Amino acid sequence: MDIKAYIALSLTLFTIGIIGVLVRRNAIIIFMCVELMLNAVNLLLLAFSKMHAMSPAAKALPTYASDAQIFVFFIMVVAAAEVSVGLAIIVLLYRNTHSVDVNFLNRLKN
Amino acid sequence: MSVSKLIWLIPILPLIGFVINGLGRKLLSKTIAGVVGSTVVLASFVISLLVFMEIKAGHSIATIHFFDFIHLSKLNIGFDFKIDQLSSLFLLIITGVGFLIHLYSTSYMHEEDSKDFAKYFAYLNLFVFSMLLLVMGGNFVIMFIGWEGVGLCSYLLIGYWYKNQNYTNAAKKAFVMNRIGDLGFLLGIFWLIAKTGTISYDQVFTTAALDNLSDTDITGITLLLFVGATGKSAQIPLYTWLPDAMAGPTPVSALIHAATMVTAGIYMIARSHVLFSEAHFTQHVITVIGLATALLAASIAIKQNDIKKVLAYSTVSQLGFMFLALGTGNYVAAVFHVLTHAFFKALMFLGSGSVIHAMGGEQDIRNMGGLGKHMRITSITFLIGCLAISGIPGFSGFFSKDEILAGAYAHNPVLFGLALFAALLTAFYMFRLYVITFTGKFRGTHEQEHHLHESPWAMTLPLIVLAILSIIGGYVGIPEALGGHHELAAFLQPAVPTAAHQLDHGTEYMLMGISTALVLVSIIFAWMKFKNYQPEGEATGFGKILQNKWYVDELYHAIIVKPLNALSSFLSNIVDKKGIDGIVNGVGKAVNYGSRQLRWIQSGQVGAYVLLMVIGILFLFIVQFFYPFW
Amino acid sequence: MLGTYFTFPELMIWLPLVAGILCFFTKKESAAKSIAIIFSLLALAVSVTSLFYTADKFSSYNNVNYYWMKYLGNSLNIGMDGTGRILTLLTTLSFPIIFIATSGRSYKNAPAFYGLMLLTQAGLTGVFVSVDALLFYFCWELALVPVYFLCSKWGGEKAIPTTFKFFVYTFTGSLLMLIGIIYVYLHTPARMFEDHTQVAHSFSLTAFYNANLSATEQNWLFWLFFIAFAIKMPVFPFHTWQPDTYDQSPTSVTMVLSGIMVKMGLFGVIRWLIPVFPLATANYSHLVMILAIIGIVYASCIALVQDNLKKLVAYSSIAHIGLMCASLFAMNEVSVQGMMIQMFNHGINIIGLWIVVEMIERQTGVKTISQLGGIAGKAPVLTIMLLIIALANIALPLTNAFTGEFLMFSGLYTFNPVYAAFAGLGIILAAAYTLNMIQKIFYGEANIITADVKDIAWNEKLVLGVIVCIIFVVGVYPQPLIELTKSAVNMLVSKVH
Repeated sequence: MDIKAYIALSLTLFTIGIIGVLVRRNAIIIFMCVELMLNAVNLLLLAFSKMHAMSPAAKALPTYASDAQIFVFFIMVVAAAEVSVGLAIIVLLYRNTHSVDVNFLNRLKN
Repeated sequence: MSVSKLIWLIPILPLIGFVINGLGRKLLSKTIAGVVGSTVVLASFVISLLVFMEIKAGHSIATIHFFDFIHLSKLNIGFDFKIDQLSSLFLLIITGVGFLIHLYSTSYMHEEDSKDFAKYFAYLNLFVFSMLLLVMGGNFVIMFIGWEGVGLCSYLLIGYWYKNQNYTNAAKKAFVMNRIGDLGFLLGIFWLIAKTGTISYDQVFTTAALDNLSDTDITGITLLLFVGATGKSAQIPLYTWLPDAMAGPTPVSALIHAATMVTAGIYMIARSHVLFSEAHFTQHVITVIGLATALLAASIAIKQNDIKKVLAYSTVSQLGFMFLALGTGNYVAAVFHVLTHAFFKALMFLGSGSVIHAMGGEQDIRNMGGLGKHMRITSITFLIGCLAISGIPGFSGFFSKDEILAGAYAHNPVLFGLALFAALLTAFYMFRLYVITFTGKFRGTHEQEHHLHESPWAMTLPLIVLAILSIIGGYVGIPEALGGHHELAAFLQPAVPTAAHQLDHGTEYMLMGISTALVLVSIIFAWMKFKNYQPEGEATGFGKILQNKWYVDELYHAIIVKPLNALSSFLSNIVDKKGIDGIVNGVGKAVNYGSRQLRWIQSGQVGAYVLLMVIGILFLFIVQFFYPFW
Repeated sequence: MLGTYFTFPELMIWLPLVAGILCFFTKKESAAKSIAIIFSLLALAVSVTSLFYTADKFSSYNNVNYYWMKYLGNSLNIGMDGTGRILTLLTTLSFPIIFIATSGRSYKNAPAFYGLMLLTQAGLTGVFVSVDALLFYFCWELALVPVYFLCSKWGGEKAIPTTFKFFVYTFTGSLLMLIGIIYVYLHTPARMFEDHTQVAHSFSLTAFYNANLSATEQNWLFWLFFIAFAIKMPVFPFHTWQPDTYDQSPTSVTMVLSGIMVKMGLFGVIRWLIPVFPLATANYSHLVMILAIIGIVYASCIALVQDNLKKLVAYSSIAHIGLMCASLFAMNEVSVQGMMIQMFNHGINIIGLWIVVEMIERQTGVKTISQLGGIAGKAPVLTIMLLIIALANIALPLTNAFTGEFLMFSGLYTFNPVYAAFAGLGIILAAAYTLNMIQKIFYGEANIITADVKDIAWNEKLVLGVIVCIIFVVGVYPQPLIELTKSAVNMLVSKVH
C-alpha cells in the first residue's frame, strides 16, 4: 500500500486530536484527544519504519527494521504513565471543584 | 648664624600663634590670647627686619627650597621661598603694620567673649601666615596657596559676627568674587605650565623660558593673571566685594582690606613684571582699568555716609592708582604707593575704629561731628592721614602719588589729567569726611555724647606710630627733581626695574605745582562746604546715583545672580527631574505598560495556551515550507 | 612569614568576608558592632603594612594566583598595583571611620546590618585587587548586592522604590559590561596554565590587554563598558539615581556609596576600559570629556538651588566625579596623577561631610537647609570641623583636594584650554553653594529646630579629627601619595600614547 495513505490517515487523526483539544472543555475528552495525537504519531512512525526497512541501503544495519518501532514502545509506555498521572490529577480536580471544565481552571492567572 | 636660616620662622610663627589660639580658645584668657597673637607677629617682624637688613647690606638671599610639593616627571613644584628686595619690603609692611593692628585689636576687641577673642586672633594670625606665604613663595603655586589663604581669612573675618546675616552675605560675596579672580589666576598658571613646563620664578622669568612663549601666550597669561589681580585687589569689574567687606571688625578692614591683602594683586604684577613688560596690550588694559576704578570709586566715595564705606571706596580708588602705575610700567611707583598707602590707610581705618569705638558702634558720619574736641589724638592722627592721602607736600602720599602722576604724564598727558581729577576727588571726600566727623557740633544722641572718650593707649599708640610713618614714610623715595636719590628705587632695582621714562625737572616741578595747588583748592572747598554741615534729606539726581554706587550691585544682581539662579532652578526642576529622570523613569514605565498590555495572552485558559501553541507551530511549518533555508 | 601563606590583598578580602559571615551569627548588636570595628581595623592594619612592601622584590606579597574555573580560562588572580593600592587604602580606611562615626546609632537587626556592610567591604576590595575579568565582574556584583539590601531595609521612607531604581540602573550597566567582557573574552588568545593545561580563551588582564579587536569592535565595546562605569561614577546624564539614593539610604551606606563605590567606576575605566580599548578611547575621549564637563557645571548649578542637604552633597559629588572623569580621559601624566590622588582625597572628604550631615540630621531630624540655622553658636567644634572639610572639598590650598584639583586642571588645560575653563566654572560655583550651605546651616541665630543641638561626641571627634589630620597632612605633603601611584599612572598613560 502506498505510504501516502498512512500519512493521510495519521494526519487526519492528529488534526482531529488537535481540534478536540482546542474546542472541547471537558478535561477527560481533552485527555483522550491528546492520546489520539500520540497514536497518530505512533502510526506514522510505524509506517515510516516499514518503508525504511524496504530500502536496500538500510539493510546494511543490523537494527534496520526495529529503530522506529522501539520509539513507538517508548511513546506507549510514556503515554501510559502520563495517563495514570493525568487521570489522577483530574480525579483530584473533580474532588476539589466538582468540575472537569478546563475553562474554569484559570487560577494561574493573577 | 646666618639670617637665611631663620627665614622659615617668619611664616611659621604666626601659624604657631594660630594653632595655639585656635586650639586653646576655650582655655586661654583674653590677655594670653592677645599677647600670643601679637608676640608671634612681632617676632616675625624682628626676623623680617633682620632679613631686610641683610638684603639691604647687599647679601642676596636666593631661593630656599624646603621640600618637593608636587614632583612629577614633567612638572616639579617645590615648596620654595624667594626672598629678594621686593618680598623683603612686603615682609616688613605685613609684619610691621600687622603687629600694630594686632596690638590695636587687643583693646578694640576687648568686649568680645574670651572664646571669640581667641578665635579672632587665631584668624588674624592665620591671615598673616597666608599673606607671608603669598609674598615669600618662590613660585606661582606657593603664591596661590597664600592667595587663597588670605581670601579664606578675609571670609572668616568679614563673617566674624556670624549671627548677622548681612555680614555673612558680605563674607560670602567676598569669597566668591575672589574665586572668580582666582580662576583667572589659576588658568594663567596652567597656561604657563602648558607652555613652559615650570612655574618657578627663577625659571619662568628667564629669556630661555620667555622664548618659548609667543606674543599671544604672553598676552593671554598676563591678562589671566590680571583677572586674578582684579579679584583680590578690588578692581573693576570685581571690586564690589570690598565695600561690603567693611562688615568685619575695623582692625580687620585696616589690615586686610587696606594695608596688605588687597595689595596682593600689585605684588603679583610687580613680581611678574618681566612678563607684563612684554605684554603691551595687557598694560593698556591695566592702565584703563586702574584709572577707571580710581575715578569710579572716588566718585562714589563722595556721597557715602558710612565712615568705613568712605574709606573702603577710597581704598579701591587708591588701588586703582597703583594699577595705573603698573600699567604705565612704573612698578617702583606702585610698590612705593603700596608702602605709603599701607601707612596712611591703616592709620585712617584704625582712626575710624577709634571713632566707632567711642561712638558705641555708630558708623554714620551724619550722627557724628565735633569729635576732635573729645578725641584729640585720634583727630590729629586722622588729619595727618587725610593730608597724606591728599598728597600735601611733605607727607608720604605726596611723593608716591606724584611719582604715579608723573609716570602717567610721561605716558600720556590725558592719563595725567584724569588721574589728577581722581586725586582731587580724593582730597575732597577725605576732607568732607574729616570735617563732618571731627569739626562742628555733635549731632548724635546725648547718651553717645556723654560716652565720648579718647581710646586707651593700645589703640592710640598704633595711631601715633602710623601717623609718624605716614609723614616720614615718603622720604625713602624723594625724587631727583627735589634733590633726593629715591632710595627705594635704588633698593628695589635688582628685583623691580625703575620706569624707563625720564621727565626733565622743569616738567616735574610744573606737575607738582599744578597738583598741589589744585589739591589745596579742593581741600579748602571741601572745608568751606562742610564746615556747617547739616544732614540733608535723600539725595536726588546725580547725587542719588552716586549714593547708590552707580547701581553696580543691582546690575550684577540682575545680569548674573538672578539669571544663574533661574537657570539653576530650571535645570533642577525641569531638566533634571522631568527631563533626564523622566526618561529614566519613562523606560521603566514603558516596560510596565508593555507588560500590562501583554497580560491578556496569559489568560490562564488552557485552551488559549494550546491555541497559541498550535498557531506558533503552524507558523513555523509555513515558514519552513516556503523558506526552507531560512 | 605572612607573605608565604597569605598575601596582603587576600587578607584584605578574607578579613571582612569572614567577619561579615561571623556577624550574621551574632545575636547582640554590641557584638556585631565590635566585630565590625575590630576586623575593619585589622584590614586597615594590613593595608597600611602593605604600603611598606611596594618595592618590586616584595611582589609575592601582593600577588597571588589560584585555580578557579580553569576550564573557562579563569583564575582567582589578585594583586595590587598603584591604583589598587590607593583604593584599597581608601576602602580599608573608610570602613573603620564609618563604623566608629556611626557607632552611636543603633539599627534594628544590627547583626545583619554589620554583616552586610562587611560583605560590601569584601566586594569592594575584591574589585580593586582582581586581575581576572570574571573575578572582577563577580566582585563588582558582590559589592552591589549587599548594598541593595542595606538601602532597602534600613533606608528612609521612600527607600524601596529608590533602591529599586538604583539597583536596576546599575544592574543594567553591569549586564552590558558582562556582554562586553564575554565578547572580549572570545577574542583573547589561548591561555596556558602553569600545570600545562591549555584553554582556548582567557579572562586574565594581560589577555584582555592583548585581545585581538578591530577598531570598529573597540568602538562599540567601549560603550558597553563605559555605560556601566558611567552609571557607577556617575557621569551626566546617567546620574539621576544618585541624589535619591544618597538621600534615602542610611547614612553609613551613603558614605560607602559616595566615598568608595563611585570610585569603582573610575577604577573600571582605569583598569578595564582605557587599556583594553585604547583606540576607542582616543576616539571618544572628547565626547566623554564634554559629557563630564557638562556634568560639572550642571550639577554645580543644581547644587546651588538645592534645599535638601543630602542632595546638595550628592550633586557636589557628581560635579567632583565629573572633573575626575574628564581629567582621566585627558590622558596625560599630570591630569591622571591628579585624578589618582583625588580619588583618595575625595573619598576622605565626602565621608567627613556625610558624618557631619548625619549628625545634623540625627539631632534635628531635619535635612532641609532653609529650616536650619545658627548651629555655629551651639556646636562650635562641629562647625569648625565642617568648615575645614567643606573647604577641603572645594579644594582650598593646603588641604588635600587642592593638589589633586590643581594637577587635574593643569592636565586638562594642557589637553584643551577651553575644557579647563568651563570645568573651572565649577570651582566658582562650588564655592558659592558650599558657602551658601555653611551660611544657612551654621550662621545666624539658632531657631527652634536647632536650639537643642549638642556639640560632637568623642567618637565623632575622633574620626573627624583623623579626617582633618589626613586633610592637612596630605594637603601639605602630597608627595607620598604621588609616589604610590606614579608607576601606575605612567603605565596607563603609555598604554594610550
